[in-house]
Amino acid sequence: MTRAERAVAIAAPISIVLLWQLAVSTRFLNPGLFPPPSEIAANFVAYASSGELATNTAWTLGRLIIGCLIGGIPGTLIGLAMGMNRWVRAYFQPVIALLYPIPKIAILPLLYFIFGTGEAAKWAAIAVGVFFLMAINTEAGVRQIEPIYLDVARAYRIRPASFYFRVLLPGALPNIYAGIKLSIGIAIVLAVASEFQLTRVGLGFAIFNAQQLLDVDRLYAALVAVSLLGCILAYGLDLTERWAIPWRRERK
Amino acid sequence: MASITVEHLSKRYPSGTLALSDINLEVGEGEFVSVVGPSGCGKSTLLRIMAELDTPTEGRVRTAGSAADGLPSAVVFQEQSLFPWMRVAENVAFAFDSLGLPKSEVDRRVAKELALVGLSNFANAYPHELSGGMKQRAAVARAFAVDPPVLYMDEPFGALDEQTRVGLAGELMALWERTRKTVVFITHGIEEAVTLADRVVVLSAHPGTVKAVIPIEFPRPRDAVALRGEPKFGEYVVRIWELLR
Repeated sequence: MTRAERAVAIAAPISIVLLWQLAVSTRFLNPGLFPPPSEIAANFVAYASSGELATNTAWTLGRLIIGCLIGGIPGTLIGLAMGMNRWVRAYFQPVIALLYPIPKIAILPLLYFIFGTGEAAKWAAIAVGVFFLMAINTEAGVRQIEPIYLDVARAYRIRPASFYFRVLLPGALPNIYAGIKLSIGIAIVLAVASEFQLTRVGLGFAIFNAQQLLDVDRLYAALVAVSLLGCILAYGLDLTERWAIPWRRERK
Repeated sequence: MASITVEHLSKRYPSGTLALSDINLEVGEGEFVSVVGPSGCGKSTLLRIMAELDTPTEGRVRTAGSAADGLPSAVVFQEQSLFPWMRVAENVAFAFDSLGLPKSEVDRRVAKELALVGLSNFANAYPHELSGGMKQRAAVARAFAVDPPVLYMDEPFGALDEQTRVGLAGELMALWERTRKTVVFITHGIEEAVTLADRVVVLSAHPGTVKAVIPIEFPRPRDAVALRGEPKFGEYVVRIWELLR
């Protein structure tokens, strides 16, 4: 990013917040439903200092991480196998094509039946969403690896384990990263949605609870927390990508 | 050391095109054989079959006398065959993957080979930090490091500029003269073939068949640059040009 681009990137959210503030103060927006940003900020600070924010964020983040690992690791491994072996691909491709389009939120009730009312159902919901994205992206990543690298691996009799983890995995890593970024997005949606029910902690619970109590202030505070959580995860991921794919640095 | 016999080898692509037809070829132990031919004559396909990266439709390739342990052969490819996600030394060391040697031994041989091609200072560089010529030097080092009896080279210097090409041909010859591996070297550079090879195999196209085999009777060690001043050099080059016409 150039300095000018960075200036625009910083100015964008500020300008929107200022417009919002203006729209509320001129009564163009109803302050009962759209509190002025200054008030949201004050509420957010109060919410944060009460400790409630930290607890809820920690729970949501914990569910997010566990669900992403449960779904992401097998998704990546199956994606690698699908990319490499046409029989594995022939088997899983139609299954994924059939199951992937089902909205994951729609299977939440089913997951509560299967996994009970505890944490497992919430992890499962996130895992299911992440699994498909990782399998699809990893497979695409493996299939776009230059054939010359597969020739080199064959010519030098590279062992299967080394082939998977030192050729296919790094070769597919740029696509795997794309999959992780998409996964974080869907995982936040599913984590929050799964917290609407059967829990007393988490940002999703905070939003749902605030709605029931008609507490617009706390609703906004929780929404701001979700937004910041997603934003921090996305930027954090960008940083680890630069570290994990050092050979790509020069190409940009 | 090993010798290679290609017997009645034919290759038909899945599309139905006959790429190679009844190729018979002998490569003696420690011999350097270059294969030249017009583009599309199937010379790369021939090399891929010899290196077991592809299968023949008919005929076979026999290799006699390869060592029981170690790789039977190594391949140097056209370009960009170094893994971009591995540093130069890791790329060379990766060739030892299936050999089960102790790490200290692998490190020693990698360092030795990189020194021989003048890349010691680039052991920790990523391939994208190297020039085209340096990348091919690293690929040559990878092939020599595992010390296989047979070396297959598929237009390894084809993508480089003329000056780098001649320089690398000279370096390759020096490496080869120390080790005397059996080498099959595919190229579209006639002068390169004459400079390097003991014998030049000339292929004709559609389908690829052996048109002639020309022994190059220059003494060794050869000097890649001085050789170009020899009257015989020009004669060989012209003769091969005539065959390809």
